[in-house]
Amino acid sequence: MIDDSIIKEHGLTQEEYKRITALIKREPNLTELGIFSLMWSEHCSYKSSKIHLKNYPTSGKNVIQGPGENAGIIDIGNGLAVVFKIESHNHPSFIEPYQGAATGVGGILRDIFTMGARPIATLNSLRFGPLSVPKNKTVMEGVVSGIAGYGNSIGVPTVGGETYFDECYSLNPLVNVFCLGIAKKDKIFYSRAEGIGNPVLYVGSKTGRDGIHGATMASAEFGEDLEQKRPNVQVGDPFKEKLLLEACLEVMEKNLALGIQDMGAAGLTCSTTEMAANSGTGIEIDINLIPQREQGMTPYEIMLSESQERMLIVAQKEKVKQAQSVFAKWDLDAVIIGHVTDTQNLKVKSGDKTVVDLPLRAIINQCPVYNREAKPPAPPAPIIDLNDISFPENYEQAFLQIIKSPGLADKQWIFRQYDHMVQTNTTVLPGADASVLRIKNTNKALAVTLDGNSLYTYVNPRSGGIIAVSEACRNLACVGAKPVGVTNCLNFGNPEKSEIMWQFKEAVHGIAQACKAFQIPVTGGNVSFYNETEGIPIYPTAVLGVVGVIDALDKIMTPEFKAPGDTILLLGENKEELGASEYMNHIHSKKGGPPPEIDLRKEKRVQSLCLKAISKNMIKSAHDLSEGGLAQCLAECCLLGKKRIGCRINLEDKIRTDALLFGETQSRILISLEEDQEDAFKSLAGKRKVPYSIIGKTGGENILIKHLGEKIINIPVQKVYSLWKYSLPGFFKIE
Amino acid sequence: MRFGIVVFPGSNCDYDTLHVLKYVFKQEAFFLWHKDHDLKNADCVILPGGFSYGDYLRSGAIARFSPLMQEVKEFSLSGGIVLGICNGFQVLLELGLLPGAMLRNKNLKFLCQNVHLRIETTDTPFTNKGKPGQVLNIPIAHFDGNYYIDGPGLDKIKKNNQILLRYSSAEGHLTKEDNVNGSLDCIAGLVNENRNVLGMMPHPERASETLLGSRDGHIIFDSIIYYIKNDR
Repeated sequence: MIDDSIIKEHGLTQEEYKRITALIKREPNLTELGIFSLMWSEHCSYKSSKIHLKNYPTSGKNVIQGPGENAGIIDIGNGLAVVFKIESHNHPSFIEPYQGAATGVGGILRDIFTMGARPIATLNSLRFGPLSVPKNKTVMEGVVSGIAGYGNSIGVPTVGGETYFDECYSLNPLVNVFCLGIAKKDKIFYSRAEGIGNPVLYVGSKTGRDGIHGATMASAEFGEDLEQKRPNVQVGDPFKEKLLLEACLEVMEKNLALGIQDMGAAGLTCSTTEMAANSGTGIEIDINLIPQREQGMTPYEIMLSESQERMLIVAQKEKVKQAQSVFAKWDLDAVIIGHVTDTQNLKVKSGDKTVVDLPLRAIINQCPVYNREAKPPAPPAPIIDLNDISFPENYEQAFLQIIKSPGLADKQWIFRQYDHMVQTNTTVLPGADASVLRIKNTNKALAVTLDGNSLYTYVNPRSGGIIAVSEACRNLACVGAKPVGVTNCLNFGNPEKSEIMWQFKEAVHGIAQACKAFQIPVTGGNVSFYNETEGIPIYPTAVLGVVGVIDALDKIMTPEFKAPGDTILLLGENKEELGASEYMNHIHSKKGGPPPEIDLRKEKRVQSLCLKAISKNMIKSAHDLSEGGLAQCLAECCLLGKKRIGCRINLEDKIRTDALLFGETQSRILISLEEDQEDAFKSLAGKRKVPYSIIGKTGGENILIKHLGEKIINIPVQKVYSLWKYSLPGFFKIE
Repeated sequence: MRFGIVVFPGSNCDYDTLHVLKYVFKQEAFFLWHKDHDLKNADCVILPGGFSYGDYLRSGAIARFSPLMQEVKEFSLSGGIVLGICNGFQVLLELGLLPGAMLRNKNLKFLCQNVHLRIETTDTPFTNKGKPGQVLNIPIAHFDGNYYIDGPGLDKIKKNNQILLRYSSAEGHLTKEDNVNGSLDCIAGLVNENRNVLGMMPHPERASETLLGSRDGHIIFDSIIYYIKNDR
């Protein structure tokens, strides 16, 4: 009997339960209730977010697949397509950092190769609480090892990403994993169950009791009982996934599959129902045929298990033997567990007994859609009045303090745990504005970046959304790439609270607005709500993943200064903006708005100038200004790369020195070029109406910055390097 | 020249090695499936990097039982050129074709980074194109690359001049800092007594194209090609 407490345990409301009984015209049994609870969970159904996500631009002439499939697909020419997506694995990573993060990688990889693409890179966006708290270090160490453990073993390079630290992530760290794959345009596979009577193949790991209710868990806040949630986290087996990857790609290459979907969140339930629903067919499986890891599993457990490294394939009858032999070559189980029907139903049998019989429409299409109340928070996020902010007594100290803050310090401690070179495509290593991967046997390269400043989004969700897209595109422009597609991971608190819903709605509108301005389609992504523990939400964190194309391998740009004596130019304008900055956070311990202004027309002009200058071989380095402002950007240009060249800078703007050094005004790029290119560049910038200033020269052993003739920073590059380089490892030292 | 690249379940540098040999060095290169018993007339057999069988046990400990290893062993005993890169090196140790063993890196973390390697001897099929003391820039990517061998073993490989590559500074000095994984005597690569089998932790296939930052891997592959063409 289904009673109120069982309904509640399954994360369903009374209204939702009533809707279910009305739809199926009877009471569901427990297994059926479990199926609804998964498919109607926020994680699988997008019931609170759908209504807003509609605002995204999703089409374009190069879009092969927009949102709604396992991943988005964009045509990049040469008969090739890029397949990419970002997913969150926040909740599991907090409960069990290593396995939570590892299976996050495993899941997103499957989303990519299930479409016929070979994964060529992953990136990740990580958010932790401050490293001064031991528990946060444990979580971070576990997450990084987990990502490394899975990615390194399977042989997909982890080529970059971002790491932020803030108190709001102490009880709710974020692990967002992005994966990019390449497929032949004419060899793309979809989640389909076609051809009545065709066999349904179960491939990969056996089903166990792990991860039962993972999707439901990810759709609720954590309370004090979170330690008890550990059994909900799955355990990853990258070796098995490697076999699955190679075998599936071989099966697809040989055209032995009609449709394929991985068993990710909601496992067998999600893959069977979605494949059949996508084709307007039905599906029937026998639970007793499912390979099982342990004895005595109930249909409920089998249907809800989230055991990893499993795929569901529909094949033509006459080809199924051939497909099975490919899997046998790779030592994988490939068992026929059922067939495609014309019933538009999901039927699960246990031998002769029917244990589930549900209309697919009810499961997939008739989940309620909510237009939840959205109201700005009261009081609103704080605003900082610059008149109340005193100047630092010592700019050098402030500069060094910012440089060595974990969010802005060197991330090699993380990156070197990842195999970022396997597959031999990584041309720009992690740490630059964007990671660059050449495409073998072509003259093209792909650039990828993840971006999202959650403090901006907290103080102004709409600006935060716009800036996240703009900065990601600016990162691409700095390496010489034009953006072609966007995916996004939206991490927010409890959507049932009106202020959270408001943040969400505003951020989505901001992202939509910016994507429209840049004319780049959003091809999918993931929404992660309920990032709250004990009622405290994270900052709204919208992570944008943008993929770009570089048309010639000799037009790849990098951020570091290349030689002494080059001219340093700053594109864009310097404004007196310090709201939501790292400077305010670290030097004045203040977190408040307003965020930097953003004008998308100006932004586009700056980016297109940068791209043009790169394509004309005018410039030798380009680096975007973001967190930490001009000072941080200059330092990175000196520190990245092997030569570590200093700089001499004269700033003439008549604004506050701290704003000039550390303000995070948008739409700025720092470039360096040879003196004899100056005139050509100036005329190009003039034509394109981009303001710029020549601010100094590269060279010397020091980072020297003057403002209105006064020397404010003069520190040896080597000293800055040591602080920047050894900050993060210092937290994790093995004595 | 024919290069056979062994594919174990879990190999993940197989395609990289194939790419470099085929498209950069313009050689005949092909995969050898671990379950087969056929080296397809290869002049050189390469055991590539990766995580054979997931390396859940000691790295390389299961791969040594793959059927094809019987042929690889015979091939090496008859003087055939065998190169084990990273996981391939670990497999060669497990197979007993090279002496010693691998421990976890000294910092207990996976390490992926560019390192400097000093060529210790050029009297091998793998380094004849280099100069003694020459420093190469080639990346590593491993968890278990901390080479270990007992005292008498070390004496022996030293006496026989079997140490081919050592982790060093850019100037060729041996320092604790540059010996990133903690290998005994900074050993990064060594040959067997007959000098026809090389195991090395660094990845020469990742350092063979300018676009990827270093071409120093050419020394290794060019040497093998030269040796097979001329000396044999």
